[in-house]
Amino acid sequence: MKNKMEIKNFSFTYKGAKAPSLNQISLPIQTNKVTAIIGPSGCGKSTLLRSMNRIHDLYPGNQYDGEILLQDKDGKHQNILAIKKENEFIRLRQKVGMVFQKPTPFPMSIVDNIAYGLRLTGLKNKRKLHEQVEKSLRDVALWEEVKDRLNDDARGLSGGQQQRLCIARVIALKPEVILFDEPTSALDPLSTLAIEEMISELKQNYTITVVTHNMQQASRISDYTAFMYLGDLIEFDDTETIFIRPSEKQTEDYITGRFG
Amino acid sequence: MEKVFKTFAQLSASFVFVVLVATVAVLYITAKPAIEEFGAHFIIEPRWGVDVIQKNIPANAPPTTSTSTRDSIKPASSAPVVNTGVADEALDDGDDMSIDDEFDTDESIPTDDDMDTGQSGLPGSADRNIKTIYGGAVPIVGTIFSTLIAMLFSIPVSMGIAVFLSEIASQQIARPIGIAIELLAAIPSIIYGMWALFYFGPFIASVFGGHSVSLLIAGLVLAVMVIPFMTALSRDAINTTPNVLKESAYAMGATKFEVLKDIIFPYAKAGIIGSIIVSLGRAMGETMAVAFVIGGIFQFAHKVTDATTSIPVVLANNFSESSGMSMHALFYLSLILFIVSFITIFFAKYFLMSKR
Amino acid sequence: MRLVINKIALLLSSLTAILGLLFLGWILVTLILKGSTALTPYIFTHDLVNNGIRNLLWGQFVLAGLASVIGIPVGLLAGIYLQEYGNHTRYANFIRDLSDVMMSAPSIVIGTFIYAIIVIPAGHTNGWAGVAALFVMMLPIVVRTTDHMLGLVPTELREAGIAIGATKYHVIIHIILKAAKVGIMTGLILAFARIVGETAPLLYTSGSTIYMETDLSQTYPSMTVSIYNLATMPDEKLVALAWAAALILTLTVLALNLLGRFLIKDKKIKAYK
Repeated sequence: MKNKMEIKNFSFTYKGAKAPSLNQISLPIQTNKVTAIIGPSGCGKSTLLRSMNRIHDLYPGNQYDGEILLQDKDGKHQNILAIKKENEFIRLRQKVGMVFQKPTPFPMSIVDNIAYGLRLTGLKNKRKLHEQVEKSLRDVALWEEVKDRLNDDARGLSGGQQQRLCIARVIALKPEVILFDEPTSALDPLSTLAIEEMISELKQNYTITVVTHNMQQASRISDYTAFMYLGDLIEFDDTETIFIRPSEKQTEDYITGRFG
Repeated sequence: MEKVFKTFAQLSASFVFVVLVATVAVLYITAKPAIEEFGAHFIIEPRWGVDVIQKNIPANAPPTTSTSTRDSIKPASSAPVVNTGVADEALDDGDDMSIDDEFDTDESIPTDDDMDTGQSGLPGSADRNIKTIYGGAVPIVGTIFSTLIAMLFSIPVSMGIAVFLSEIASQQIARPIGIAIELLAAIPSIIYGMWALFYFGPFIASVFGGHSVSLLIAGLVLAVMVIPFMTALSRDAINTTPNVLKESAYAMGATKFEVLKDIIFPYAKAGIIGSIIVSLGRAMGETMAVAFVIGGIFQFAHKVTDATTSIPVVLANNFSESSGMSMHALFYLSLILFIVSFITIFFAKYFLMSKR
Repeated sequence: MRLVINKIALLLSSLTAILGLLFLGWILVTLILKGSTALTPYIFTHDLVNNGIRNLLWGQFVLAGLASVIGIPVGLLAGIYLQEYGNHTRYANFIRDLSDVMMSAPSIVIGTFIYAIIVIPAGHTNGWAGVAALFVMMLPIVVRTTDHMLGLVPTELREAGIAIGATKYHVIIHIILKAAKVGIMTGLILAFARIVGETAPLLYTSGSTIYMETDLSQTYPSMTVSIYNLATMPDEKLVALAWAAALILTLTVLALNLLGRFLIKDKKIKAYK
């Protein structure tokens, strides 16, 4: 199997809910490609994304069914839904990074925001830490803007800079997969463009999944697109097919703007 | 570390529960002799620290039955029980206290003789048991009326200020005044008490007559004390009204008063009622602001300018000199106050919750 | 007609505002005038036995300070539990309700509780009882402010912390508490301001004495209790001293409140965008 992640017959039920929010989803996430998940609000796209690093487990009582496989470096697959131990969760989240809708700079300096995750992995050497921080900031094209104020509070950055900082924070950990949950919905058009360009570059080294409600964005940056509706995966194909010749009526209606 | 931290956090949270349960339990246990002795009758019994000589009644019988209270009584040294009046008459009864010799309470206790008349010289003194009676009616009624007076004055004034701050005054005026109001809410209550003792009490007495300690003054001081508090909370509630709502009413040609009456008050109603109840709870349990000015005597107020007492003041003044049954009775009063405040806060929470 | 009613209503509202402010202004003016007459350097260097308030200041701050030293960690931990671990479980909401009940319990009742469990066994009023009473007053305030301030920290920040592989404990200590730091600090300052001016719970727990005292197992000097006692003394000098003490107390409380406000203002700049 060449896919980085493989979601198989996956269903998800929130705590206390009668019906599952996701029904029998099967979706491949291909290595070093950008996969976009689109669909109207409430279709379950964020729920699916948040299952892929099991961030849902912050709130106990949710129910997972099916399998989500993650490929190791040596090609083996591990079902991440079987994870129960705290340290395995930590390893999973370091392998599958996540960028959120709103920028989430930690209440510390710019440099500590990035170094924090690295320190958690046990890296203590100051010089190495600094190298890593600089490299990550360069990767997200933020280095030139912030190199003179690395010790300022990260909350003083603009929204777009904050979001790039959050991406830098994730890639500093050298994850294998990066999940983006509507990463530009809180940003202005220029910052959005910068983030989109960055995602296109990042796919050389990382496998990327993006949830977005912005169809143009999906068509601009993704290689594959999945369309979801009411907890079901309606259609999955390469992006061009989805946007030009969708096979399902619902997909066509959605991307031509007839609903959603 | 993770586990230790969580455990400590959980223990700390449970500690709140422990303290509360301990408070109720300790108050109940220390009040228990008084509860057993006087039962629920305590609430309507107006005498405090009065010796009752019981005739032909077994020692273990409840001494507060109506027959026992018929017998002679004499005032205890520390608590001058001169006379008492019906709770409901306290506000409108204008009689001078010395005229009214009898007392009757709303729970239809038989009329007693005046305490000065029949105490000594009764036959059969050998089989008499002397019991000291403690009843909470005076401080309970005093608490209720001082709180009512406080609410009567503080509600209109607080609403007036709150409306003024949120709807009438310009930003430049509303902000400093708003901050001043909030700071005043933080002033320790003993300051209000001192001010009332030296300035406010004499002032009110010169206007309405009576002494410089009275139920009226106590109520008014409480009013002044809770005004900043109630104003700040009500203003916050009023400010939650969305601007769009107000603007659409103005757009239909409503006047400011109509917008207030028809839009803002209905919208912020729950929050305002909540703020009133919270303030009521504060006024009810307040000790220091009223301790100087209510008089602290065990006697119903026949008119608002008479001195009386309230539960917190009784607790504050009598605790250190008490022992035995009087101590238990004080704990009984404390327990009653706690339970009433308990109920009050649940009402307040109910209203504040339904806002959301 | 409508316009007349409108005018009258608005006028009434403004008048009540003026009336209310007049009374409140009256209090402050008296306090300042009366308080400043006896406010001399002498009273800060002498104890009450020599017509000073040094021991009272000391006692009040030791009592409130020690209550904070115990109350803040316990309250913080409890608040953290409510928001970060308990969140909206029934148990957490139950504790929240109880804290609210305790917060609005009449302070004199808390005094009676402490009297029953500490003063009666000890046989006399003592400093520890005063500390305990103020601690019980303070605890629910700290719990609820911590809970509330942590609740203002966006959920995404917790998720972002978890998403880079931090444990919950790390997220709480390094991220959440830092993000809520200013708000919590303000809450703690206000909680301290609240208990430092309390009288009722100290009346028969710590009591008060005219001498300097450092042994908490003895009757401890308390400024508020002494103000209560001095205000009704026939000696004009002592009454003036009570006013001076009242002024100092009020200024302290107001200064603490202003400090809290100032911090909050500062916080708005750094709020999450």
